[in-house]
Amino acid sequence: MLYAILIAPFAEHDFMRRALAATFALSFSAAPVGVFLMLRRMSLIGDALSHAILPGVAIGFLLAGMSVLAMASGGLIAGFLITIGAGLIARATTLKEDASLAAFFLISLALGVTIVSLKGSNEDLVHFLFGSVLAMQNPALLLIAAIASVSLLALALIWRPLVLECVDPGFLRSVSRSGGLAHIAFLALMVLNLVGGFLVLGTLLAVGIMMLPAFIARFWARDVTGMIAVAIASAALSGYAGLVLSYRADLPAGPAIILVAGLLYLLSVVVGPAGGLIWLVLPRRHLEA
Amino acid sequence: MTSSVVSALGFHDLTLGYDRHPAVHHLDGVVEQGSLTAVVGPNGAGKSTLFKAIVGALKPLAGSIERNGSAARDIAYLPQSAEIDRSFPINVYDMVAMGLWRRKGPFGGIDRKDHLAIEAGLAAVGLTGFEQRSIGTLSGGQMQRMLFARLVIQDARMIVLDEPFSAIDSKTVADLMHLVRQWHWERRTVLAATHDIELVRAYFPQVLLLAREPVAWGATREVLTAENLDRARRMCEAFDEAAEACASEAA
Repeated sequence: MLYAILIAPFAEHDFMRRALAATFALSFSAAPVGVFLMLRRMSLIGDALSHAILPGVAIGFLLAGMSVLAMASGGLIAGFLITIGAGLIARATTLKEDASLAAFFLISLALGVTIVSLKGSNEDLVHFLFGSVLAMQNPALLLIAAIASVSLLALALIWRPLVLECVDPGFLRSVSRSGGLAHIAFLALMVLNLVGGFLVLGTLLAVGIMMLPAFIARFWARDVTGMIAVAIASAALSGYAGLVLSYRADLPAGPAIILVAGLLYLLSVVVGPAGGLIWLVLPRRHLEA
Repeated sequence: MTSSVVSALGFHDLTLGYDRHPAVHHLDGVVEQGSLTAVVGPNGAGKSTLFKAIVGALKPLAGSIERNGSAARDIAYLPQSAEIDRSFPINVYDMVAMGLWRRKGPFGGIDRKDHLAIEAGLAAVGLTGFEQRSIGTLSGGQMQRMLFARLVIQDARMIVLDEPFSAIDSKTVADLMHLVRQWHWERRTVLAATHDIELVRAYFPQVLLLAREPVAWGATREVLTAENLDRARRMCEAFDEAAEACASEAA
């Protein structure tokens, strides 16, 4: 019985195994990036940027058709241009990062829509909004695996300056030049993972697998390492449970995954040991010292 | 006359400011190696601006700073309002350990010797036992003690403190001031901005009295006269938007 519900869908269907592999790989790379975005109060930046990637993807699609590589490259180029341009402007001028990023993503969106309408609209484009987690072909799977490997490695390399840049940027500036580099590398990681998320969940939901696990983690852990562990685990759990749910109840897979993550989030808000609502209702006696 | 003292910092006709408006105007002079100098002056006198330039965070509008061969990044700097995100989940130990950056860089491990140094630094500021406390739970005074522990770990030859004792109780000031005097005995060069004239009279041998222009610089008793303090107080704080280009700047 349990086997039939929890394991059989993956044992019997190749497309389910591929979907699971893709969501697991994405969990390991997107969730840690999400934790740092949350800690830097940049939670909404991923959302803005995922919209900014769309025009790049659209251009890739219009030039080369249904090619994963072309669309991913288009998205990467658009995302990199915008984040790096915005990052440089934020560092060189008084404009804050969120403002300069918003400016760039609006320009990019307008430009993308203009290009698409010049070429004539294409209905296939609609599919990209919602992703294709149940139709993962080899190229897409390999690309996601590569993105996950690169971003885990890169995160390990920039870990120390990234943490320091979050908690005390002034001090990092006074001892080292690596803050700017770590910052740019981190933004590149965000773009990379948004493109990976786009391949699995589409542009609209890509941010979900990045940010929701981070918010969940905040309610369960009190240090960065713990938060990242919780975020990865809850992202993977959402991916797995979402796929089972979509198979059983015949729901669209991408939204099912994000809905499970959303449920875990609401649960965490209520019962999370690190600042959940329940501790407001059940106040524990204060300590002696 | 040849002087036997070695300069740690030399200012040569140094003008600093923002948008071409000078905040420090034509400063000349030398900070001796191993000296303990208080920088005193009203708000807007250019103390923070001077410190930012010393640690290389601000480019001079004119003139130059000579650091006697050492790099700006070798100077330990405590800014007036550290931009620390106190909600970030990091504990006191890791925060203090960051003082090792110049020696460890982004990848170096913390060995037994470093661990002992960090523990000693925490003990020096009275924060033993606070290692695992997250920084968000510290009081203002404890926060300042932790930042001093990080300065201890940095082990720099020159230490620049921008109003380190503002909004801190007298016990904490006394403890941290003890640390500053210890640095002085260890022949480190220390510069500290402060508004506490009594503290300066009690502990600082040298004073730079700044009011955008240098008012006086030298031995504390000679600089902190009523007349000098009065001159410093009367300086004008506001930028003059229509100010002409400075005549003595033209080369």
